[in-house]
Amino acid sequence: MRAIWVALVGMALLAGSAAGGSTGGSVDLVAYSTPKDAYGKIISAFQKTKAGSGTSISQSYGGSGDQARAVAAGLRADLVALSLAPDIDLLAGKGIVPKSWAANAHRGIVSDSVVVFVVRDGNPKHIKGWGDLIKPGVQVITPNPFTSGGARWNVMAAYGAQRRAGKTDKQAVAYLYKFFKHVPVQPDSARNALAIFAQGKGDVLITYENEAIYAEKKGVHTEYKTPKATLLIETPVALTRSGMKKPAAKAFYKYLWSTTAQKAFAAQGYRPVVKGASGGTRFYKPPGLFTISTAKLGLNGWTKVNRRFFHPQKGIVAKIEKTIGH
Amino acid sequence: MGYLSIVVLLPLAALVWASRAGGLDELWRQATQPEAVAALKLTLGLAAACALVNAVFGTAIAWVLVRDRFPGRGLVDAVIDLPFALPTIVAGLTLLALYGPGGPFGIDVAFTRIGILFALLFVTLPFVVRAVQPVLLELDEEMEQAAASLGAGPFSVFRRIVFPNLLPAILSGVALAFARAIGEFGAVVLISGNLPFKTEVSSVYIFQQVESDNTTGAAAVSVLLLLISLAVLLGIGAFRRWRTRHDHV
Repeated sequence: MRAIWVALVGMALLAGSAAGGSTGGSVDLVAYSTPKDAYGKIISAFQKTKAGSGTSISQSYGGSGDQARAVAAGLRADLVALSLAPDIDLLAGKGIVPKSWAANAHRGIVSDSVVVFVVRDGNPKHIKGWGDLIKPGVQVITPNPFTSGGARWNVMAAYGAQRRAGKTDKQAVAYLYKFFKHVPVQPDSARNALAIFAQGKGDVLITYENEAIYAEKKGVHTEYKTPKATLLIETPVALTRSGMKKPAAKAFYKYLWSTTAQKAFAAQGYRPVVKGASGGTRFYKPPGLFTISTAKLGLNGWTKVNRRFFHPQKGIVAKIEKTIGH
Repeated sequence: MGYLSIVVLLPLAALVWASRAGGLDELWRQATQPEAVAALKLTLGLAAACALVNAVFGTAIAWVLVRDRFPGRGLVDAVIDLPFALPTIVAGLTLLALYGPGGPFGIDVAFTRIGILFALLFVTLPFVVRAVQPVLLELDEEMEQAAASLGAGPFSVFRRIVFPNLLPAILSGVALAFARAIGEFGAVVLISGNLPFKTEVSSVYIFQQVESDNTTGAAAVSVLLLLISLAVLLGIGAFRRWRTRHDHV
């Protein structure tokens, strides 16, 4: 019994010393999982620059909400790269990230994407716009918006596109009811939604452009369509209070908007936020692009959208799920 | 006892503590949301079905492994434990590939309750087999021979001699399988499709609450799930003791 205790305490001490060993030359990056490859490339490029030489960057990847909760619970982080601004706001609320985290030239946004439709080869169901999704016999795959923060982009894209087509708030909500009736499964994450679509389920997968490009690269036989009216997805990055004290973390943060870093994002299918960094990738600019803060479409930023649509019990989407489930 | 506290009791106590944040009323309200109740019913039903199916087939497999001699028996014996070694999310992916819409056998049970049952059966199979196997090994075949020589048919021998001896072990296995099936997440999350009120199990519902920053709701449903599991486990334990009460006389 005592031996077990000694071993446990020993392990705890070792873990503690390993975590506490970082000095000015090391940066802890905590990020959501999809941009892992892009960050891997950006980090090795950064380490070759003058500002980044000798800097070691430890990386942790996971679901955006999980990562935010882990940092809130004490996971060391100098830089947080998450999929939704509310995940960073959660950390700002706890004082881990300064409230002014979005106050830089790019509003703290490091890359963009748009909500797109992935369809079967040859687009047999002729899916081009949001109206085609609710035609009889069309099965739509989109993750569960309560398990996947990212799936909320899809739902709000559907809502916003209706508003942009001149529909009232009521009509746009009615569209969401019809929309969810065409959703036969609700995978827990965007990646698992892709896996299920690749298995042959559904006629159209709603996802982010970067996931669609990833699927193409992985040889999933699909094509993707960008609807004319769709939502611009903006992914934020922030320095934590501990990161702001480290020159290396600040240098890396700044480097994320360099042409090299932005090109690395573009190579992974993300839209760069800096001009002239798209590399070889051509990104179609839909005429009806809107953001989560396009107030005239009834979109007033994530905080309000989350409260109105995604409250787990009172939200519009929770009510839709309840109505359809019964 | 100290070890038990750190590994099991403290985390459980912390969970109960977290669940009572909004008071008992709030706890009950969260645990009885229609979607939560639907998920709970589905979970309990499937876990019970899974435990029963595995009781039958797990015992049969244990029987074959102990009593039959065939080439490759050692390998089969080792394979039984693989569902434990395989990360459950991998199990989920594999099952989806096999029994999903693009599967090679033309069986498509993905995103149905049968699909979930398949996943649960897969991850809980070893419990009954491993519980019954050692008892079967110890079981004296002379008892069966004696019964047979007294004119009992094979069915009668099984029912009156073998089964009563195996029952406590089967029940232990069933209890473990049931408890595990209730909590299973990884293997189920892919194949279930997570449709609220239809194929959404409690573990996925709890995950949803966590992701929606409703930790009270998550803890409330977890505690209810634990209480029900505890009641079932205690019930099975009591039944087992009642069945074996003569052993100690």
